[in-house]
Amino acid sequence: MERSFLIRQPSVLVFLGLLALFTIGATVLSDGYGLGLMSTSFVKILGKTLCLCLVAIAMDLVWGYCGILSLGHFAFFGLGGYMIGMWLMWARTKDIVIASMATAELPATAGEIREAIGTQIFGVVGGSRIPAIWAFADSLAIQLILVLLVPGLLALVFGWLAFRSRVTGVYLSILTQAMTLALSLYLFQNDSGLRGNNGLSGLQNIPGLTDLSQSVISIWFLWASALALALGYLGTAWVVSGKFGHVIRAIRDDEARIRFLGYSVEAYKLVVFVLSALIAAVAGALYYPQAGIINPAEVAPIASIYLAVWVAIGGRGRIYGAVIGAALVSLLSSWFTGGQAPDIPLGFYTVRWVDWWQVLLGLGFVLVTLYAPRGIGGMFDRLFRKDVS
Amino acid sequence: MTGMIHDASSMNALLEVTSVSVSFDGFRAINNLSFQIGGHELRAIIGPNGAGKTTFMDIVTGKTRPDSGRVRFGEQSLDLLKLRESDIARAGIGRKFQRPTVFEAQSVFDNLLMALKKDRSPFAVLRHRTGAEDRTRIEEIAAEVGLAEQLHRRSGELSHGQKQWLEIGMLLAQDPKLLLVDEPAAGMTLGEREHTTDLLKAAARTRAVIVVEHDMEFVRRLDCQVTVLHEGSVLAEGSLDHVTANPDVIDVYLGR
Repeated sequence: MERSFLIRQPSVLVFLGLLALFTIGATVLSDGYGLGLMSTSFVKILGKTLCLCLVAIAMDLVWGYCGILSLGHFAFFGLGGYMIGMWLMWARTKDIVIASMATAELPATAGEIREAIGTQIFGVVGGSRIPAIWAFADSLAIQLILVLLVPGLLALVFGWLAFRSRVTGVYLSILTQAMTLALSLYLFQNDSGLRGNNGLSGLQNIPGLTDLSQSVISIWFLWASALALALGYLGTAWVVSGKFGHVIRAIRDDEARIRFLGYSVEAYKLVVFVLSALIAAVAGALYYPQAGIINPAEVAPIASIYLAVWVAIGGRGRIYGAVIGAALVSLLSSWFTGGQAPDIPLGFYTVRWVDWWQVLLGLGFVLVTLYAPRGIGGMFDRLFRKDVS
Repeated sequence: MTGMIHDASSMNALLEVTSVSVSFDGFRAINNLSFQIGGHELRAIIGPNGAGKTTFMDIVTGKTRPDSGRVRFGEQSLDLLKLRESDIARAGIGRKFQRPTVFEAQSVFDNLLMALKKDRSPFAVLRHRTGAEDRTRIEEIAAEVGLAEQLHRRSGELSHGQKQWLEIGMLLAQDPKLLLVDEPAAGMTLGEREHTTDLLKAAARTRAVIVVEHDMEFVRRLDCQVTVLHEGSVLAEGSLDHVTANPDVIDVYLGR
């Protein structure tokens, strides 16, 4: 009989163990539940990093395993964030509006409350009319479903059109860039219904939990992100370990050949693309409440390109590679661009890392591509495993 | 003689290609070609370079769409021209390419596993767990093609001949009704050729096998009916001795 896939893939257990240790460690050091040695903002950075690791896994599934270089995955990530952001913003504004109207002599009608919410949320884009897409914003359950449904449908329609026409390689990459650019440009418009370039803000305040301090909420989100990452890792490892994983790797390596074995390449690509879009959407829905704000710049084409860079640096075609790449590069990035890295005065010129980090990242990407095409994860393989596929 | 073959096979032709033509940029690669093969038959297709041998296979497997003509397959007389490559493969046509194309990053076992005749839809494959039955079948096929010892090696590490056998093994695993084999003996040693001949002959006992080959010595060893293609149509058909005695064939091969 078949051995359990966990036994065949010891790296999954190692990863889950390390992730548990990390989460416990962060909790113990945190302000909310522990010794207070770690600031709440740092807990949020860690929580967000876990979400970025999750979207990197999605990218690795679609690119590293199936060979589809999608440069538009932040569209799904961002849409997941927008969908949960709508409920967060609506429900919180509603609480505030009701509280402020409670002192009035006459109890406010439902219509008045709606109008006040509309003014509060959409005043910045010059209106108080509530757009139709906010119809379900009052319901957490429906918005949670939309977190999966909207990005999933976008991936399904886009993928169906692209794969059916057998668009592959660099052409597909360009199409995915166009998709995320189009979404970003649309969201930038004030009449998009999602507050244009203001985006959705105040997302760190969780409705109904206003009594709790951010130090506690940040830890809850860290746990939720760790759980999502663990499930995403486990699920992806399961998907790629079986026959399905063999078939999608075969599609990556020689798509014409697997077609002559009777596999419908388009159907497989579509399944993988939608699945990875769903993972990205969940990651986004957990990321933005920790970031506090989402705006259209988040789904700009460059974000998705960074994602590909993380996965390339970490080593594609191995899930831990994606996690290593995303964690390392995004943490380094926030260190360099956050002003913590000391500037280097050269006398005639001062190297400011905020500006030069991009150069460093680009250089790192070039070096990895040239000298370690399997990325950091590939170096791990050389240490621990003999057979690498 | 030629007439007799046609009469015998038209009764229960497995593949029936009728008046097929295709041009690429004005060049007629296939010109009003008609061809038939029965259910349990080994057939060699020979012809000089550019005779249309590979294009013929491309048409049957759905890679190339002809400009005109009909291609029917199987008992239900499926119209292959309406099907996609993967549907044609599932209908029971297996193809081995000229260059051995196996999935080099994956093991011999996994290559055979993917080829095994099973439900190929993504969700069925997602739920698939490799059972004892699959293992036994894969081991049998590996033994048949002489790769029993190599099952867990990465197929990229195999020798050229072994890759060819793996590909033949993958075709057998697919259990097709019709097997199209493009130059199986290219680059093989004498011993490897003999093994390949045996494999193809054994396969043809239960299914139709079409072998495209340049090498006359190999064709002689196959000991089967031969179809000679020239400029995209059938020039002659019959036993190897019969066609090589044909003055037209001699002209084509030796030049005028």
